[in-house]
Amino acid sequence: MIDIKKIRNDFPILNRKINGNQLIYFDNAATSQTPKVVVDEIANYYYNYNSNIHRGVHKLSQEATDAYEKSRKILQNNFNAKYDHEVIFTSGSTHGINLVASGYANILKKGDEIILSTMEHHSNIVPWQMLCEKTGAKLRVAPMDTNGVLIMEEYSKICNKKTKLVVISHVSNALGTINPIESILSIAHSNNAVVLIDGAQAAPHIKIDVQDLDIDFYVVSGHKLMGPTGVGILYGKERLLNLLPPYQGGGEMIDQVTFEKTTYAGLPHKFEAGTPNIAGGIALGKAVEYINEIGYETIAKYEDSLLKYATSELLKIEGLKIYGESKNKTAVISFNIKSIHPYDLGTILDKLGIAVRTGHHCAQPIMDFFEIPGTIRASFSFYNTKQEIDFMVESIKRAKAMLV
Amino acid sequence: MKKIASIQEEIIDEFNLFDDWMQRYEYMIELGKSLPIIDSKNKIDDNIINGCQSKVWVYAELKENKVIYTADSDAIITKGIIALLLRVFSNQHPSDILMADTSFIDKIGLKEHLSPTRANGLLSMVKQLKMYAVAYQTQLK
Repeated sequence: MIDIKKIRNDFPILNRKINGNQLIYFDNAATSQTPKVVVDEIANYYYNYNSNIHRGVHKLSQEATDAYEKSRKILQNNFNAKYDHEVIFTSGSTHGINLVASGYANILKKGDEIILSTMEHHSNIVPWQMLCEKTGAKLRVAPMDTNGVLIMEEYSKICNKKTKLVVISHVSNALGTINPIESILSIAHSNNAVVLIDGAQAAPHIKIDVQDLDIDFYVVSGHKLMGPTGVGILYGKERLLNLLPPYQGGGEMIDQVTFEKTTYAGLPHKFEAGTPNIAGGIALGKAVEYINEIGYETIAKYEDSLLKYATSELLKIEGLKIYGESKNKTAVISFNIKSIHPYDLGTILDKLGIAVRTGHHCAQPIMDFFEIPGTIRASFSFYNTKQEIDFMVESIKRAKAMLV
Repeated sequence: MKKIASIQEEIIDEFNLFDDWMQRYEYMIELGKSLPIIDSKNKIDDNIINGCQSKVWVYAELKENKVIYTADSDAIITKGIIALLLRVFSNQHPSDILMADTSFIDKIGLKEHLSPTRANGLLSMVKQLKMYAVAYQTQLK
């Protein structure tokens, strides 16, 4: 059971007033709010042991290094990676995807193929398009149906011996669909293709075991995981990470440097050039601990009850259509009301203190698929309540009366 | 034709009659609904100002040394602000348009809509209105 009162107290921002109304934060799929323990962890770092890691002999540097590496271990355990050096700190999912895509420029050849899906975020489309431009590889797109569910038969058809990479979002940011990554991994692996999973939307809601699922690459953003912005992780199998060249050159990532030749450091440092976001990395470990204290199962159960409640309440509004009707969803509802532009509705809701996302959600191919300019997206977290959903539904009715 | 400054004063006075944001927005929505329709031959991709979320079309022509603007948007609140902007800028001499500012938007409590962080295309629209004025002023010289 969720102790909602206690949990809401962990998030001071939820007390904010917007235009005189209590803030209702339903934009969790864009950025989750940060609990006090995580903010305190950042402050503690800067107040007590701020210093550079992996290179100083002094006390502060050792403390900072220990805390940073401890966080890597927390993340290793959370995702059940075999080794801690398979966890690379990044600035977020986009960085992780670009790191892998950039590395594959040396591996892919003309005629190779990459499969992605119709429901990808732009950050899981554009880096692969850039990779195709560099290598002459071809992009293939796996389609979805009108419920926003991947058509798995099509996957089997387009995945073949030419397929070198399959990239897929674990959960769609715009629709909330949880994709069947087990099946996708199985289809891809039977064709010897490597799979990168964009876990930005999944990691806050679903416990992931990368070994059990045999995942090759998995990327995560800290700011969607109760952590700070500007930090995330790339998980990669040791063997695959070793195949990739360094992404950026600089300090930290080297073994020996002379002007004739530089040899690179091993994992994970090979991919962590320069001074990283140390406070962010440490705080991300704290955020993951915080989530585990509540428990992934408890969170999933509670958020699912919010999703079901909000779905049934919203569908009572005449003319309201939900995009993304998979049976397997996280607590994301993308919708439109007949003839009302999402921007207009979002503007009125903002005036009432309700934060929702409007627009194409950086997933224009999905909007093209449904032939709409965008949607309103309400995405819930475990600190949200049914009362907040009631207020949103009432506010939508009020806005609708103004706008139609 | 009234001067730009006095039209702006008029609008500020009108908005002062409203007690709260609801009434202001209801008025803007009414203005949006009553915005004269842009000629379909001018509602083309070339005249679109892309503003992330709502599309804005703007077109201008010169008649008797005055710039006549027509515009549209797919979002109604955006259309309401367009109606206000056109009431201020349309049917004015290019040099007057170039000198005018849009601070009245701030004074009527709609500042956020002309903020650079607002992804609605309106700020780009104001720039485009002025660009047309620059072009027509050059033509007049």
